[in-house]
Amino acid sequence: MSPLPTTVTDELWTAVLDGDDLRAGDVVLAALDDGVDAEAVLLDVIGAVQRRVGQEWAADRITVAQEHTATAINDRAVAVVGRRARVEPTGARVTVSCVDGEWHALPARLLAEVLRLRGFRVDYLGAQVPTPHLVEHLRRTAPDAVALSASIATRLPTAHAAILACRAAGVPVLAGGAAFGSDGRFARLLGAEGWAPDARTAADLLATGDLRPSGGQGQAVDDLPHLADQEYTLISRNTSRLVRTVYGGLEQRLPAMARYTDQQRRHTAEDIDHIVAFLVTALYTGDDELFPAFLAWTASILEARHVPPGVLDPALDLLGAELRDFPRASRLLAEAPRHATAPERDGQDG
Amino acid sequence: MPVTRNDLPVEGLDLTAQLAAAHAALRAERARSGLLEELSAALLGSLNVTRCAQITAELAATHLADAATVVLPASRGRHVTVSAVRGAQAVHAILTGDVDEVPGLEEALLGFPPVPSRWLDARSTPGWLLPAGMAPVGSVVVVPLPGHGTPAGALVLLRAVGSTAFDEDDERVARQFAGRAGLAVSAAQLHDRQSAITDTLMRELLPPCVGRLPGFDFAARYRASEDHERIGGDFYDVHPDEDPDGETLVVLGDVCGKGLDAAVLTGKIRNTLRALLPLAQNHLLVLSLLNTALLSTDSTRFATLALASVRRTPSGVHLRLTCGGHLPPLIVRADGTVEEAPTRGTLIGALPQVTASTAAVTLAPGDACLLYTDGITEAMGGPFGDEVFGEDRLTAVLGECGGMPAEALVERVQMLASDWIGVRDHDDMAVLAITAPRGRHLRAVGGHGRGRYTR
Repeated sequence: MSPLPTTVTDELWTAVLDGDDLRAGDVVLAALDDGVDAEAVLLDVIGAVQRRVGQEWAADRITVAQEHTATAINDRAVAVVGRRARVEPTGARVTVSCVDGEWHALPARLLAEVLRLRGFRVDYLGAQVPTPHLVEHLRRTAPDAVALSASIATRLPTAHAAILACRAAGVPVLAGGAAFGSDGRFARLLGAEGWAPDARTAADLLATGDLRPSGGQGQAVDDLPHLADQEYTLISRNTSRLVRTVYGGLEQRLPAMARYTDQQRRHTAEDIDHIVAFLVTALYTGDDELFPAFLAWTASILEARHVPPGVLDPALDLLGAELRDFPRASRLLAEAPRHATAPERDGQDG
Repeated sequence: MPVTRNDLPVEGLDLTAQLAAAHAALRAERARSGLLEELSAALLGSLNVTRCAQITAELAATHLADAATVVLPASRGRHVTVSAVRGAQAVHAILTGDVDEVPGLEEALLGFPPVPSRWLDARSTPGWLLPAGMAPVGSVVVVPLPGHGTPAGALVLLRAVGSTAFDEDDERVARQFAGRAGLAVSAAQLHDRQSAITDTLMRELLPPCVGRLPGFDFAARYRASEDHERIGGDFYDVHPDEDPDGETLVVLGDVCGKGLDAAVLTGKIRNTLRALLPLAQNHLLVLSLLNTALLSTDSTRFATLALASVRRTPSGVHLRLTCGGHLPPLIVRADGTVEEAPTRGTLIGALPQVTASTAAVTLAPGDACLLYTDGITEAMGGPFGDEVFGEDRLTAVLGECGGMPAEALVERVQMLASDWIGVRDHDDMAVLAITAPRGRHLRAVGGHGRGRYTR
C-alpha cells in the first residue's frame, strides 16, 4: 500500500470548502487508484479533513454554514469510497448508531465504513437515533455488539439510557466519541462494556470478540447513586425557567444590553442555555471536571470571535444565586473560574 | 427434648430425621424458585426468539441437565434448534433429522401432554439431537414449551450415562421451567409476526430516499411527531421523468393530524398523485382531481400540499410551484437573499372547489428552493421554552445558507428546529430542498455523467 501523500488531504480540503462534491469524489478515487488503502483514505484523509473543519470553525475562520457544507461533502466522499471498495460480509454483526439528539454523524459513518471494509456485517442507523428505535432494531437483529457514538457531552444522559437499554437486551456496547471523554471515563461510568478513542482501535476491539454483555436490568440510579439527591432531576426539568430568570437578571445588571441587537440577544440567551445544559450534565455524571472544561472551551470560542470571556461571569453568578439550595450545583458554580475583563459584548461577535 | 415412652426416645430419632428431610426439601425448593426467578429475569429483557431460546437452553444445561436443546416450531418447513452443553455457549442449528425419530418430541411440538421420561429410551436418541461435546446419553426428558394458544416449541433435556437419571420430581421442575420459557418465547414470536406485518405495510409509507438527478439535487429530512415512529402525517415524494430533460414532480404535504391514521391517508394521497402524473403539466387540474378523490373517501381529513415541477434548462433549473393551502416555498439565492414564491391556493379535501396559482421560478447555480411543513415554523421551544421558531427565524437561518448543497441545507434547518424543540412534544416535521448545483449543470448531460448517484 502506498504511503499517504500530504497533498491529498489538502486537495480534499479545498474541494470540501468549495462545496464541490464531484472534485472531492475525484480526489478520493485518485488516492485509491494510486494504491492508498481505503481505510487510510477514510480515516487519514476524510477524517483528517473533518477534524480540520472543526478546528477552523472553533477559530472563527469558517462559518457554521460552511461547516455544514463541508460535512455534507465529506459524507459524499465516504459514500464514494464505500462504493468502490466492496467486501463480502463474513464477520460479526455490528450496529453503529448515534445517540438520540447527536447530529455529528460523520465519525460514526466512518466507523461503519471501516468495519464494512474489514468484513463485519454492519447496520448503520445514522444520526440521532431515538432509543426505542435502537432497541427495536436490536430485538430484531440481535447483533453481536452496538457501537454507540456521541460527540457532545450534553448527550451523556441520553447515552446512558441507550446503554441501559442495550444491557437489558443483552447486547454489549462499545462507546465512542468525544462525549465519553478523552480517556473514556464516561463510558466506564455509564456501564458501556467497551470504549475506543478512534475507529481503528474500535475495529480492532470488535474483531477480538472479547466484548461480552455484562447482563442485568439496572437503572440509571444504580450506576449513579448521587442521582437520588434529585438535583439533576429538579434542575433539568426547569431549564427554561432558569434561562429566563438569568437572562432577566443580566438585563438588570448590564444596562448595555438595552443596546444589544437581536442577534446579540439571541446569542446571550443561547449561551445561558448552554451553560445550564452543561451544568445539568455535570450534575448527572457527578464529575467535577466536566463543567470547568466546558467553560474553558467556551472561553476559547469566544476569544476567537473577539468576545471577552468574562461576558459569562455575571450569568454564572446569577445561576449560583438561583440554585443556592442545591449543594452540588452551587459548588460547581462557585468553583468555576471568573475573569477580570469587562462583562459586555461589543458589536463584533458573530 | 425428645419424647420418651418407657424411657426410650422413640420419636426423637424420627423427628431429627424428619427435620433434616424438611430442611433438605426446603433447600431444594428454594433452589428451584431461585432458578425460575433467574430464568424469568433473564427472559424479561428480550423479545428476540433466538435469544430467549438461548437463555432457556443455557440455564437448563446449567441447572437441570448436562445438555439441553430448544426445538422451535417449523418455519418454512425447517426447525431451528438452540443447544447448550453445561458451561458452554448455546449454538444455533437447523434440525437435520426428523422430529418423529425422537420419542415425545413430535407430541411436544404439537402441544400434547409430555410423555413420561421412563417411557423414552435414551439409547435411541438420534445423533443429530446431541449437541457437540455431549457424552453418551443415559436419560432424556422432553417437555413442551407452552405458548399463548399455540405451542412455542419443545425443550429436550439430556443427562449423560453416569449422571442420576431424571425422576418425577425433576420432570415436574422441568415442566415449570418450560412453562415460563414457553411464555417468553411465545411473546417473542408474536412480536416477530406483528413486526413483519408492520414492516410490510410501512414500506409504502416511509419517506422515499431522494438524491441526485441530472441537473439538480434534492435532499429531504423527516421527523415524525412520535419519536419512536417513523411515519406520520407529513409526507413528500419525488417522481422523475424518464426523459432527463422532462419535468420531475416533487410533492410535499401535510395531512391534518398525526400518528398512524394520518400516515395511512398520506399513503392514499401519494398513490393518487402517482396516478395523476400524466396530468402534471396542469397543477390546478391535479389538485382538483385529488380534492375530488379526498372528498369521496370516508375520512374527514384534509391536507395541504405544495407541488414543484422541476426541469433543467441551459439557463438554470426551472421550477413551476403551486401551493394548495400550504406555506409557500422559499427561494434561497446563492447570495443569501430569501424570497417567498408567489403562489397561493386552497386546502385539499375540504371544499368542493379548489383554487390555486402557479409561480414560475428559475434557479441559477447555487440557488435553492425549500419546501417545508409547519412543524418547522410552529416548533415550540427555544432557550426560554415558550417561543415558536417562526418564519422570521427560518428566513434569517436561510439567509446564512446561500449556496449550500441540498443535503447541508435540509440538515441545517432540521437541526436548528429540533434543537429548538429540545425534548418537548412536537408536530411532524418535513423539509425538502431542490438546488441547482454550482458550475456543474453541463457535466451530467444525458444522465450518465459522473454526477449520477442517488442515496
